[in-house]
Amino acid sequence: MNPKNAKGTARWFLSSMALFLIMWEGICRGFSIPAFILPPPSDVFRSLWDIREQLFGIHLWVTLREALLGLLLAILFGIGLSMAMTFSRIVERLVYPYLVISQTIPIIALSPIFILWFGYDLSGKIAVTVLFTFFPIVVSLYDGLRHTDPDMVNLLRTMGATQKQIFWKLQIPSSLPHFFSGLKVAATYSVAGATIGEWLGSSAGLGYFARRASGNFQAPALFASVVLLSLMGILLFWLVSLLEKRYFKTNDHIQK
Amino acid sequence: MAYGLSEGTLAVSPMLQFSQVSFSYQQRSILKDFSLQIDKGEFVSVIGPSGVGKSTLFHLANGLLQPDAGQIMLGDNGESNLLGKVGYMPQKDLLLPWRTVLENAALPLEIKGMKQEAAYRQVREQLPIFGLEGWADAYPEQLSGGMRQRVSLLRATLTGSQLLLLDEPFSALDGITKMEMQEWLLSLWRQLGITVLLITHDIEEAILLADRVLVLKAAPVQEAVEVPVSLGRPREGRLRYDPAFLAIREQIWDILTDAINAAGERGRRA
Ligand SMILES: Nc1ncnc2c1ncn2[C@@H]1O[C@H](COP(=O)(O)OP(=O)(O)OP(=O)(O)O)[C@@H](O)[C@H]1O
Ligand SMILES: [Mg+2]
Repeated sequence: MNPKNAKGTARWFLSSMALFLIMWEGICRGFSIPAFILPPPSDVFRSLWDIREQLFGIHLWVTLREALLGLLLAILFGIGLSMAMTFSRIVERLVYPYLVISQTIPIIALSPIFILWFGYDLSGKIAVTVLFTFFPIVVSLYDGLRHTDPDMVNLLRTMGATQKQIFWKLQIPSSLPHFFSGLKVAATYSVAGATIGEWLGSSAGLGYFARRASGNFQAPALFASVVLLSLMGILLFWLVSLLEKRYFKTNDHIQK
Repeated sequence: MAYGLSEGTLAVSPMLQFSQVSFSYQQRSILKDFSLQIDKGEFVSVIGPSGVGKSTLFHLANGLLQPDAGQIMLGDNGESNLLGKVGYMPQKDLLLPWRTVLENAALPLEIKGMKQEAAYRQVREQLPIFGLEGWADAYPEQLSGGMRQRVSLLRATLTGSQLLLLDEPFSALDGITKMEMQEWLLSLWRQLGITVLLITHDIEEAILLADRVLVLKAAPVQEAVEVPVSLGRPREGRLRYDPAFLAIREQIWDILTDAINAAGERGRRA
């Protein structure tokens, strides 16, 4: 996307956002919708300001830490498992079917089990986050490694390349675009994972805060924490995109 | 080989030998009891209809495919593990899109374990000869088809192998560039004393470059029809209008049309 285009997109986004907020505000006031069902945005932002110390002092950081640690662990596990599957037929045969199945089961349903196993402290939340983010990472990375152009692999073999050289010089670079698209998905999932981990039992974090607010019918506070969670997801996604751009900064010379 | 004896000075020793090689893809038989010898220092062209198995022949010669029966050997001492020993330029250019021209061409040197600096220096020295000066840092997508082929050819020569297999190296080049590259390839061949096996669809190119032309008629190939090219060297483009050249051209043309007609008849009978 060229800068001019990006500017245009940003302008459109901001205008539509403003329009959306104005309509939301108007509907709440016009139809006198009770604030505990749908608070107008002005209430949400006021609440965000009122409880800023709690939100930005503790809860935001707790959730962000869980999301980032979980994401990091998932990346490490993901890289490890994809490499193991690439180098060993046996591991591939054993694991791959489960990776495919994992795409079809609602992993959210497994979260309570993970909390049961890993506890109600930080490790439980990290485990749930890993559960959410691991699959998109490993599937995209492994797909990328596997779909390396076989003709290119053959060409390197005629040059006498070892399997290790083929892996580093060919498979890794050609899997990176896949890896980054998986990582972008995982970055947003990580926030969801941390939130759900907190819902299931916690004493801090935005997920905990949101749940408490919803229990007390404090809709503006609930909305405020949801706004922050969304922003966190967007931020992480944006960070990964930035990383991706940095990596391919020379241009997009990578096969898509 | 007759050509070697006629020159009288060269001791002929084999560079590449196929002895009674059979090969088939699942259903489709490509080579059957096929034998061939390429001598050191020879330049041999391979020509034949599309799908006859020319590229397959190369994949057997570079070790990517194993024969079902028979033997393929390299050099005098009959080396049979061929991977990593033959310079191969594939039919598709297969440049790595995330690598620049420089990085692509340096790949075989890198794989041999050469230091990056030394490898890049060696590539840079060669770039002007390949008409790629100033393109070191360009990416493949920024190059024309002909330039990509030249990078791919440069990469093949940088393997440093004594035997080069070139699969339609000049098919994407315009007439003039093609002639330049052909002349350049001949001078490289002369200077380095390497052996070159070249696949082409262009009969004139096949004759102009080679000591002999191998015509593959139809799969499964049992025997390549051999057409010696007894024209002096160095050769120039003008040679195309020489009666001797035209005679060879007609001879190959006849073999090829004959093959196509035969294939047609087989098809009708089936
Ligand atoms: N991996 C493969 N598996 C099965 N069949 C194949 C495979 N590769 C090639 N073939 C078949 O073998 C035959 C010979 O293929 P090959 O690529 O060697 O032909 P070619 O003479 O190089 O043709 P062209 O001039 O079009 O490049 C073709 O019929 C092709 O369809
Ligand atoms: Mg071919």
